[in-house]
Amino acid sequence: MRRVPWLPIITIAIMLIMAVFAPLISPHDPIEQTLRDKLLPPVWMDGGEAKYLLGTDAFGRDILSRLIHGARVSLMVAGLALVAGGGVGLSIGILAGYMGGWVENVLMRLVDAAFTFPAILFALLLAVTLGQGLGTLVIAISLLLWASFARVIRGEVLTLKQRDFVSLAKVRGCSTVRIMAAHILPNVMNTFMVLVTLNIGVVIIAEASLSFLGAGIPPPTPTWGLMVSEGRASIADAWWVAVIPGLAITFLVLSVNLLGDWLRDQLDPRLRQL
Amino acid sequence: MGRFIVRRLLQGVVLLVLVTAIVFVLGRMTGSPVDLMLPEDATAEDRERLIRTLNLDGPVHTQFLTFVGNALHGDFGTSIRMRQPTLDVFMSRLPNTLAIIPWALLFAMSVGIPLGVVAAINRGRFLDRASGTVAVLGIATPSFWLGIVLIFIFAVELRWLPSGRMGGPEHYILPVITLGTFLTAGFMRLTRSSMLDVMESEYVKLARIKGLSETVVIWKHCLRNALIPVLTLWGVFVGNLITGAIVTETVFAWPGVGRLTYEAVIYRDFPLLQAVIILKAVLILSVNLVVDILYAYVDPRIRYS
Amino acid sequence: MTSDTILEVRDLATHFHLRRGIVKAVDGVSFSLKRGEVLGLVGESGCGKSLTALSIMRLLPKGGARTVRGEVLLDGEDLVKKSPREMRALRGTKISMILQDPQTSLNPVFTIGNQLSEALLRRGPASAAQLLKDGIAALRRVEIAAPESRIGQYPHQMSGGMKQRVVGAIAMAGAPQVLIADEPTTALDVTIQLQYLKLLKRLQAETGMAILFITHDFGVVARLCDRVAVMYAGRIIEVGPVEQVFERPAHPYTKALIASVPKMTGRQGRLTTIEGQPPSLLDLPVGCRFAQRCGEVFERCHESYPQIRNTGRNHTAACWRLDAHA
Repeated sequence: MRRVPWLPIITIAIMLIMAVFAPLISPHDPIEQTLRDKLLPPVWMDGGEAKYLLGTDAFGRDILSRLIHGARVSLMVAGLALVAGGGVGLSIGILAGYMGGWVENVLMRLVDAAFTFPAILFALLLAVTLGQGLGTLVIAISLLLWASFARVIRGEVLTLKQRDFVSLAKVRGCSTVRIMAAHILPNVMNTFMVLVTLNIGVVIIAEASLSFLGAGIPPPTPTWGLMVSEGRASIADAWWVAVIPGLAITFLVLSVNLLGDWLRDQLDPRLRQL
Repeated sequence: MGRFIVRRLLQGVVLLVLVTAIVFVLGRMTGSPVDLMLPEDATAEDRERLIRTLNLDGPVHTQFLTFVGNALHGDFGTSIRMRQPTLDVFMSRLPNTLAIIPWALLFAMSVGIPLGVVAAINRGRFLDRASGTVAVLGIATPSFWLGIVLIFIFAVELRWLPSGRMGGPEHYILPVITLGTFLTAGFMRLTRSSMLDVMESEYVKLARIKGLSETVVIWKHCLRNALIPVLTLWGVFVGNLITGAIVTETVFAWPGVGRLTYEAVIYRDFPLLQAVIILKAVLILSVNLVVDILYAYVDPRIRYS
Repeated sequence: MTSDTILEVRDLATHFHLRRGIVKAVDGVSFSLKRGEVLGLVGESGCGKSLTALSIMRLLPKGGARTVRGEVLLDGEDLVKKSPREMRALRGTKISMILQDPQTSLNPVFTIGNQLSEALLRRGPASAAQLLKDGIAALRRVEIAAPESRIGQYPHQMSGGMKQRVVGAIAMAGAPQVLIADEPTTALDVTIQLQYLKLLKRLQAETGMAILFITHDFGVVARLCDRVAVMYAGRIIEVGPVEQVFERPAHPYTKALIASVPKMTGRQGRLTTIEGQPPSLLDLPVGCRFAQRCGEVFERCHESYPQIRNTGRNHTAACWRLDAHA
């Protein structure tokens, strides 16, 4: 039994607190510009002030506050995308696995297509055509997820539908929809949760990358990806503007992955195959 | 094996049509793309004229067929910003991207595969855990941020390497590392699990029965078989590299098709974006096809059947 | 140990140390193999035969298996005490093994020639041309037709029987003194089985190597072996020359095994089977391990494990019933 991964747990907890209580704990308004105080270094370096613990960016905005609010945006988008993409993938997986026949064929071909073709490009296309915003971003990231969810869930359902309780339900006259919803669905939830944990990191990085490329939530809303992008210009004089948000992303994804691995080892080492 | 190739080709074509259709529909979904293409002070007449010129006044399927027809003749539309045929722009930038992709792949393999073998041999022990953590770090670090940090350390502070743009060999180092790092983790994990499977095989037992040294058993008998599943994912990996190049090329101002994609997004150059996506699809599908053929060749069981 | 004994196993025990307990898969096995003889090791699945072979070769599977006591004397040297490097030097040269399933024994991505060369090189360095010649000769020796064309082929291009011959060629390439054959014919077609046994017999006569032939099939034993050892639940319960064990089996288990072999000639009576299951190796009974299924059981059987008794020339068995006769 591996040691409990305390560092990842604490990191995730901190990020969650930041996300939930952002307005309460943020020392400054994240959008407010104070050009007089621009490009101040973090408090532990020369020229840093206690007022701005992690320094300020080119517009004089407090980085710590932006980091805290950015956590809220990132985690919210991640959560929504996981629910949407995961939900779609789950449904398609159950449908394809249980119905079989041409339904399965068509759906699985779609899944294959989705796998072959990188969804980031579609995400960018959506940003251009539908316009930037929370909705577009969530849809775009969901596109990345649904196929892998669908494929794994369908595999699960294929084995499940051989089991006795399914035959029993059929004998009792349950409709197909009812079987899928009431019998199959609860039994794939385990796998579904595993898939969710596996994909949190992917989603966070995707959101950050899309924000970096200018296809995410438009400014002035602070997101970590956008902060790195904006900090790029001042990298020579004020490295902290770009580096700190990136560190946050890295730590969060690292923690999520390590925690996810540990959880899976605890619940069922077999699931590691996924 | 010929039949195999033909089947894969057909699948590729179907996929391509599907992708083109989706891109097409998405473009037409939010009103006419004409609105994206016109300058702000255009009059209603200008709009009408543009619509007619671009054949956008017919029903969607006619438009689609026109587009496909044009595409087959090499006309993928004209970039709004650059005022050049998109195909030409794409093809002029493509070699630059193709210049770094093989290096990134090589980098990822030469770091990831040995890490995976070491992890498999030392399963459950420190080296396994350590390799795993290195791998996760590779995935957790966003490539755009990694590129920026590398630029800061090596170009700004140490001044050892240039901070971007194409040039001599020293210009390749940082972009290749940035692009390849994400993939390193993938190779490492795959090699590790593949090796663990193979190490249980009967023929590995027989190799030991023959009295072969452990080095030969692992690096000849195990790895050769373990690499076969890795090869199947090459297609996916190269696909990842092509999309990963979007970010890397942007960070390093590398004039490839990745940067082109970014420019198309930033400047809302829809015809260019449309063309870039479809052409990239062609590229990725071609790579997948080549990988599948290679795989069939490398596994003797398929080659001689 | 006499000079004509090439392999002597004394009180060999290999246990699996698992979380739920200790599985005593091989629990005190002793037998000797003379130069040039074929000793059969018979028993049902799970009795520990294969693990005995792996213990001799010092190639225990991963997952808690350890040889906890005993000696394995190959030409006087104790293999249990050898270092991995010393053991590796012996494998393929003095002692070799044939595995059960020809479909999985050969590496699918290398040619037959390549895999044969590895074994041939154990004899000493050789040029590629020499290896090719020797390889073809080795294939011819195991009666593979058109060896020149086969040597460049891949395993999947051959039938199961042919693959198993190749495995035999590989095993013998280093001219071993002892060959362990772990159920080599079990996975083959019945018609091919006979051919393979004849081949083994011929090769054995030519080279004078000793063979430890592991099988669950008593019929095969009758064809090939000089002596036979019967194994049950981790221990040898009867050893003796083949004709004696067949005609006058001493242990009730042996009797039952022989009775269950379908007769190919004469009237077939009802097929007899042995009722019940072998005991769990995690939780072995105190007395004789066959007691629960034995038709001749009496109280003493449950009290303590039977001591080994003589029942004929070089014929021994572990059964309390033999005390009554002695």
